[in-house]
Amino acid sequence: MKNAIGREIPETISGIAAIKPFAGAFATSPKMTRQAPKVKTIKPTDRKLVDNLVEVFKKIPVTDGMTLSFHHHFRNGDGVVNMVLATAAQLGLKNLTVALSSVFPVHAPIIEQVKNGVVTGLDTNYMSGPVAQAVSKGLFSKPVVLRTHGGRGRAIECGQLKIDVAFIAAPAADEYGNLNGVEGPAACGSLGYAFPDAQYADYVVAVTDYIGEYPLSPISIPQTRVDYVVKVECVGDPKGIVSGTTRITKDPVGLKIAETAAKVIQATGLIKNGFAFQTGAGGASLATAAFVRKMMEKDEVVGSFALGGITGYMVDMLESGLFKKLMDVQGFDLEAIRSLSTNPNHLEIGADFYASPFNAGCAVNQLDVVILGATEMDTDFNVNVVTGSDGVIMGGSGGHADAAAGAKVTIIVANLLRGRLPIIVDKVLTATTPGETIDVLVTERGVAVNPLRADLKEKFLAAGLPVKDIQELKQLAEKIAGAPKAVKTGEKIVAVVEYRDGTIIDVVRQVEG
Amino acid sequence: MDLRRSMLFIPGNNPGMLQNGGVFGADSVILDLEDAVAPMEKDAARFLVAQALRTVDYGASETVVRINPLDTFAAVDIKAIVPCCPDAILVPKVESAADIHQVAAMIAAAEKPDQAPVKIIALLETPCGIVEAYHIAKADPRVVALALGAEDYTAGLGAMRTKEGTEIFTARTIVINAAAAANVQSIDTPYTDANDEEGLLTDTQLAKRLGFKGKLSINPRQIDVIHTVFNPSLNDIDWAQQVIQAIRKAEAEGSGVASLNGKMVDLPIVNRAERILHLAELLGLMGGEK
Repeated sequence: MKNAIGREIPETISGIAAIKPFAGAFATSPKMTRQAPKVKTIKPTDRKLVDNLVEVFKKIPVTDGMTLSFHHHFRNGDGVVNMVLATAAQLGLKNLTVALSSVFPVHAPIIEQVKNGVVTGLDTNYMSGPVAQAVSKGLFSKPVVLRTHGGRGRAIECGQLKIDVAFIAAPAADEYGNLNGVEGPAACGSLGYAFPDAQYADYVVAVTDYIGEYPLSPISIPQTRVDYVVKVECVGDPKGIVSGTTRITKDPVGLKIAETAAKVIQATGLIKNGFAFQTGAGGASLATAAFVRKMMEKDEVVGSFALGGITGYMVDMLESGLFKKLMDVQGFDLEAIRSLSTNPNHLEIGADFYASPFNAGCAVNQLDVVILGATEMDTDFNVNVVTGSDGVIMGGSGGHADAAAGAKVTIIVANLLRGRLPIIVDKVLTATTPGETIDVLVTERGVAVNPLRADLKEKFLAAGLPVKDIQELKQLAEKIAGAPKAVKTGEKIVAVVEYRDGTIIDVVRQVEG
Repeated sequence: MDLRRSMLFIPGNNPGMLQNGGVFGADSVILDLEDAVAPMEKDAARFLVAQALRTVDYGASETVVRINPLDTFAAVDIKAIVPCCPDAILVPKVESAADIHQVAAMIAAAEKPDQAPVKIIALLETPCGIVEAYHIAKADPRVVALALGAEDYTAGLGAMRTKEGTEIFTARTIVINAAAAANVQSIDTPYTDANDEEGLLTDTQLAKRLGFKGKLSINPRQIDVIHTVFNPSLNDIDWAQQVIQAIRKAEAEGSGVASLNGKMVDLPIVNRAERILHLAELLGLMGGEK
């Protein structure tokens, strides 16, 4: 069957429960009650501190076929996922599903755990590195579920991703299970992506290498939801967790794109008091923030909030009075951690608060503008951020589709030519974010506006911006680089791409090799 | 009028930059075979720049190639580059009219019969070059502009190069005067600290006040600032429109003398106002339809 954006979705996919095709960004409504985890009690004399992971596995007990969840706040410095899965392997467990919000190169040992049958399912929002490559080559016998950050929150809340045990890597914990991310050697800032796990898992285990005095403060995840605290030698490598500073790109083409994107935002008229903004931490996204900042300073605009992954640059804007609040679901550098732990206007929010479509309102709905990237975009404005030019998985939606759906204006910044390949194609290999939620594409050679947003096009033309039809931009790119050959994929479905509302927006098929 | 508010250097040995040189909106791109390219890479850069001229669309930007000096690879560069139809050649370290005669002859020999004549921009960056500025500007009809290269020039003087630029004040005014006398454009030396936007602004404002028509640029980030300075301001345009109105009114009334706000409007003022309006029109700054 074809879904609402014309992607072919099989009626049934082995290993995936009922398939609901994507019907439109806001077309699907929930009809259910929320997931209810076990009701617990413990006696005043009971202790939660457990000596090691083996013991906690036995106490719960963790059994074959369970779903174990993890957050990705330690990024490529994470030690907890590998540690927990090694324990599972040691105890001879089989058939586990790993629900890890993002998979990084450091998680390569998962491949071995799949080969020896310990892990048979993977549920994630983003993956890069050896696991992603292995998944593309058909590592799992059933497809990996690729969700959005908000969609994962939703799936947990709605019981579609039922977590048996949440292993929460905690930079700091007290012996009674209060957790935060701002203290200890593995400080990572916000623990927002673990909030839904802590709320809805049947069992919650904190894994930490830093025990603070009771009661820990601040408390990000409370003792009322944490069953056990395991102290280990080391939860992760700080070098892989945070960067010292986040730098703005010096690449002239990236800067040109960023500057144009800032002019686009200015032309929307949204840079005024109360401005709410989200941008990524990398490349042209952060540079766009720098140009937007100049405009805000010049016009003495005080924004309402900046949202999403928080960098030192956003902290500086908060401290300079350019935004009144930061809403932080994930921190990227030491400055973000410092600010979160000291500034009451720097708020720590969970993945569900950030972006879940099925609650009484998430933060992305309040955004004026979001700046996002793309690896590919088609002439219907559908965006691919999952597969690369070789068809191999190299990313994932993360918050991409969520913020795009929520913001008043969604802007994609991208080089028209990536290396030698045009970014615009007739049909993206993998659709992750539907074109109806994308408003503008900004490249170094022009700006394309979604035909659904004639209002914006008019404003951009009036501002003298280099507006071009998306077909015209595509031809321009192909004139320089030629039209790339379509990627050849196999038949086997290695991943399903779930839209934030739980419908299937696309599937990823196996690549050769 | 050829617009050369900004002339952006693009390293001739960097394929990515050569491909993207047209996206920054500079009035001219200078594909550089000289200082940006190490001696070992001259051949490769010459080949790359020749290909770029044939295949890359630089949009509205004028294409200029900075060749190597006459005493090194100028002859090989001209032979390889001129048939690829650049708009102009930027000749470094020009010291005399004879240098220009030599370059012009080589260009003429290399040009294809149906090709638009390749222009010459002379880069003056030695004390001798400054002394000879007027003769260089007048040496050949191909010469359309004099540009000042202050780094080599101050080294030649034995002066200290400063951000304020007092040491190059004389050279700047000589270049501007010589260019004006010969009816060609004068282009200022680049501001070499790409991270200092304030400094660039001050330096460009000074260049404009002195009479330069544009500025060399070593980084795409500088272009917006340079254009902002060299573009006529709204006040300029306003003033120029009033001048023209005043002169028309005087003509209609049959009076030989026009005045604006109590000041006499004479021919030089009218000329200046016309230049501003022409530039504003060229840049689409006049309001109404774009």
